[in-house]
Amino acid sequence: MGGLSHYLEEEGLATTQISLIREHTEIMKPPRALWVPFELGRPFGAPDNASFQTRVVVSALELLEAHNGPVMTDFPEDTPDFVVPIASLVCPVSFAYSLGERTSADLLMDAFRSEAADLHNWYDIAIRKGERTTAGISRLSLPEIVEFFISFIGGSRDASPIIDVPVASALRMAAEDLKAMYLEGVAVQPGTQGGSAAMADWFWGETVAARTINAIREICLELPENDFQLLGELLLVPRTQLHRFQEWKKDE
Amino acid sequence: MARLDRMPEDERNHILALPCPTFSSSPWVTGPPLAKRRVAIVTTAGLHLRNSQPFGVGASDYRIIPANTTANEVVMSHISTNFDRTGFQQDWNVVFPLDRLRELVGEKVIGSVAAYHYSFMGATDPVRMEANARSLARIMRNDSVDAVLLAPV
Repeated sequence: MGGLSHYLEEEGLATTQISLIREHTEIMKPPRALWVPFELGRPFGAPDNASFQTRVVVSALELLEAHNGPVMTDFPEDTPDFVVPIASLVCPVSFAYSLGERTSADLLMDAFRSEAADLHNWYDIAIRKGERTTAGISRLSLPEIVEFFISFIGGSRDASPIIDVPVASALRMAAEDLKAMYLEGVAVQPGTQGGSAAMADWFWGETVAARTINAIREICLELPENDFQLLGELLLVPRTQLHRFQEWKKDE
Repeated sequence: MARLDRMPEDERNHILALPCPTFSSSPWVTGPPLAKRRVAIVTTAGLHLRNSQPFGVGASDYRIIPANTTANEVVMSHISTNFDRTGFQQDWNVVFPLDRLRELVGEKVIGSVAAYHYSFMGATDPVRMEANARSLARIMRNDSVDAVLLAPV
């Protein structure tokens, strides 16, 4: 981010930026930066809180009226945090049921199909309710993603369901869409409340989908091609969630 | 207060170890009062229109988001899994505050909103984006943009 500000400013455009990682901004020294204490993924702070977002935007824009720089100021407010855990979530099925005992790939895939079918209903409601979805980069439907993943785990390594997109890239896009569909779907279920950490804990800790993505990750790590290696190492499971699968492995 | 302080130690160490380019110059462009500025958003969130090409590993190019775009037309194909998406799923303005800019024009806080806004994919080394960024600057100046709001993710 700081690099872009240097390039644009050198070309004659005044810039002001949001800084999420103060230490990086201090190294790159962009002309104008507003450091914010928000979590990664939320540079303007709080969803569905227009007045809060406006305060962030205006604070960043007002740096354009500074007389000299580089200048970095701190945004003085933290986001209103949600503390209600997603444990109050009402699930249509007990997603991770007995998976500790049922370790064969076939049973895992049956559970995945069943879980995804249930979430699909809620995802449809979410679209109807919000008239918006962030899923769509793979352009695959949820059932198509499920069958793609099951096929890959079953041994098919060269059948990309997306035209002109290699399998490794297709897996990444499909995984992003799957997560978006699940999270948008569960968000509209009655009883669902919780912030980003609770949502991540729910997806990575309680769904068969997450275990399926991890199964794909483990396969990728055993394949020789660089794109699968990169996928397995970095692009499927967040670093902060990897411990779950190591713990499950110990339990099995 | 810093979120970095709230991260698990391994994640914090990983982020702090990421390489950052340094720059020998300190460019500084002045302009009119904020109320007369034409503002464009440039994000590194890997956003693009639903029908545009998704970003891939190492992408250093950008995607165009017209000013009349609606929330449901925009998706995110940033390659990193290590940041929250649920905020964006709930409200695109938490990543791309185009609605807020439109309101600020009505309130006469800023002069106007640019005709086009832009997105890079921030997992790529910014040095690799240099040529595209400089080219983009010229395009924005042709759109009379004189203020760029840069947003990471």
